[in-house]
Amino acid sequence: MLELLNGFVVELRNAGLPVSLTENLDAMEAVQHIPIEDRDAFKYALGATLIKNHAHWRSFETVFEVYFSLRGPEYKIGEDGTTDIDEMWREMQEAQQQGEGQGAGGMEGMTPEEIAQMLMQALMNGDQAMMRAMAKQSVKRFAGMEPGRPVGGTYYLYRTLRNLDLDGMLDKMMEASREEAPDDLTSLEERLEREEYQDRIEKFKGEIEAEIRRRLVADRGAEAMAKTLRKPLPEDVEFMHASRDEMSSLKKALQPLTRKLAARLARKRKHGRKGPLDFRNTVRHSLSYGGVPAEPKFKYPRPAKPELMVVADISGSVAAFARFTLMLVYAISGQFSKVRSFVFIDGIDEVTDYFKATEDITEAIHRVNTEADVVWVDGHSDYGHAFEVFWDRYGKDVGPKTTVLLLGDARNNYHASQSWVVKEIQHKARHVYWLNPEPKSYWNTGDSIVGEYGTYTDGVYECRNLRQLEGFVEKLA
Amino acid sequence: MTTTESGAPAVTNRFTDVASVREALKSVNYLADDGIAGVAFLADRLGKPILVEGPAGTGKTQLAKSVAEMTGAKLIRLQCYEGLDESKALYEWNYKKQLLRIQTERGTDGATEDWTDIQDDIFSDEFLLTRPLLEAITADEPVVLLIDEVDRVEVETEALLLEILSDYQVSIPELGTITATQIPLVFLTSNNTRELSEALKRRCLYLHVDYPELEREREIVLAKVPDITETLADQVARIVRSIRQLDLKKAPSVSETLDWARTLMLLNIDVIDEQTAKDTLNILLKYQTDIAKAAKELAVDE
Repeated sequence: MLELLNGFVVELRNAGLPVSLTENLDAMEAVQHIPIEDRDAFKYALGATLIKNHAHWRSFETVFEVYFSLRGPEYKIGEDGTTDIDEMWREMQEAQQQGEGQGAGGMEGMTPEEIAQMLMQALMNGDQAMMRAMAKQSVKRFAGMEPGRPVGGTYYLYRTLRNLDLDGMLDKMMEASREEAPDDLTSLEERLEREEYQDRIEKFKGEIEAEIRRRLVADRGAEAMAKTLRKPLPEDVEFMHASRDEMSSLKKALQPLTRKLAARLARKRKHGRKGPLDFRNTVRHSLSYGGVPAEPKFKYPRPAKPELMVVADISGSVAAFARFTLMLVYAISGQFSKVRSFVFIDGIDEVTDYFKATEDITEAIHRVNTEADVVWVDGHSDYGHAFEVFWDRYGKDVGPKTTVLLLGDARNNYHASQSWVVKEIQHKARHVYWLNPEPKSYWNTGDSIVGEYGTYTDGVYECRNLRQLEGFVEKLA
Repeated sequence: MTTTESGAPAVTNRFTDVASVREALKSVNYLADDGIAGVAFLADRLGKPILVEGPAGTGKTQLAKSVAEMTGAKLIRLQCYEGLDESKALYEWNYKKQLLRIQTERGTDGATEDWTDIQDDIFSDEFLLTRPLLEAITADEPVVLLIDEVDRVEVETEALLLEILSDYQVSIPELGTITATQIPLVFLTSNNTRELSEALKRRCLYLHVDYPELEREREIVLAKVPDITETLADQVARIVRSIRQLDLKKAPSVSETLDWARTLMLLNIDVIDEQTAKDTLNILLKYQTDIAKAAKELAVDE
């Protein structure tokens, strides 16, 4: 047990979670107070002692599932012997089918249509045990798992789901519930019903995933499995290579982050340094000391907030990065006296008004992507032309209070760089910074000319993930 | 590691197992899930504080109150805010009283008394004003200490909590160290507006309280709103879940769900249709943009 726990902690650290020695000891002590059979309690005991940040909970859960999954002979791949659960399942099934007078000989004999029918029944009734049994069966039948085959769990998952056709299932379920209802469903009821089913289907998918994982762990061992499942934490996901799932987790991580950032910046502004003496406040406090001004009080300083101009490349490769930076900047726009934003590919367009028009940042971003006029010739990044037009049209607005942020990978498709624009901006503006979502080792390779622009800026920063972006924005305000 | 080290106050076992914690919490109308009950149980066994984090209005503060009610302990609450300091959280010398004391000493007989006598005198318990943290430590009866919204204090102020959280003691330079006679149950709540320091987190058990699952929310509504029918409670819970899935500025909290359910009861509504839902949305949501968005989503026709 001790060894297993130790392996578990090591794996957590490998996954990037900070687990200190005292926390490890706490966990060891905690599990002694928990009945070992109670898996949920065991999980929460470990979670409460080892994980101190909710964003890390998912990673913890994955590792936990791998290390403390239910193991037993029934999860051996390729074994066909019947087990308790199968037995139970068969009984349930027979009881259900008695009315129809069919003597179906167990799950193995069923056609895919029958399985789909059963699954739909289980989902509509929200029957947990049934759903679990269904997940087990579906994996057994459809995933086609072979021992020792070096493919990831996603492959099996895909195969299973393809055979089940869950999207079609949802429509069928909606139809069935429409028929069952005594009168027509209102659109509100229908929406609620649909969400309920969607939720159940999601749960079912989770069951399938867990089942596949269990079988893989039984086949390959926990350590190997944990290694393949290791995923970066949301704040470490790279903008440029994020998958769709990772994107949505990034978006979720962004919101609490902006709140924290705004609170921290506001505090920094207030407590940064002391202002002039506040005479009234000092006299008032002197009363506590019998009229002696023992405790001088100072006014809070109110330093000027910077003006911000964001110029972002939104061509395909770096679009996600630009989107996140714009979202972050607008979410904390209270910390700046004015924010203006421009987007370009080979033409440039101002998009400040999109953000002004609505309070909803995601909607504004959507409008930026669909409505902004950013294509000039062929829709390949042309930093040179974009900067030139920027200077022509908006150059006069750059003033000594302005901080200019340039976002992009500076892959200019071998066009003219026009780096004199950046030089001019630097002369007029307070600061010019360049944020590059590419890893530093890729800079100035191929058609990247970030070095050429970089010489005229006050700094080029690598911003591959949320953590780096957050660090930069904090420095900025 | 099986026994607690000597020197520290003994850990009292208030609960027998996780299930009993859950039952007891239910008896005081707090519906806990496995995680909440499990962590509360562990906190008691290990003698560690609990750091409760989660969105606003999910019952973090209520948890501490309910635990106090259930164990029959006294609740001592420290509300944190920016600028909180030692003299508000731990203790303060009552200097006005000290001043008076010195003056009376002078007044009684013209001869000045020995300074050390006066010093011993004015730095004694009599002149000590106890603040919540010290009060919790020195209490004889069982107490539950609630340190509310700990993320509001500055990072430097956090440090003054560390001694009390790990050793259950307070050091006062003039008096020495005051150790707790019994370990209080400590709850710290945080709305996560900033990252708490590692030192603080390390000393605590971590509990994240999220919006409840559909079933639990329904039960909460049933328990907290008298006379509500089950169908209505079910509908309320489902609509609230549906609204929470939208991308809103501020998702409806549990307390807002309860307010909404109570409003519907007052309006004598048995079944929620779109119109009622739309008309009463302003109880669930507090931003105009959110209300507009939810109204639009709920009215969507297939």
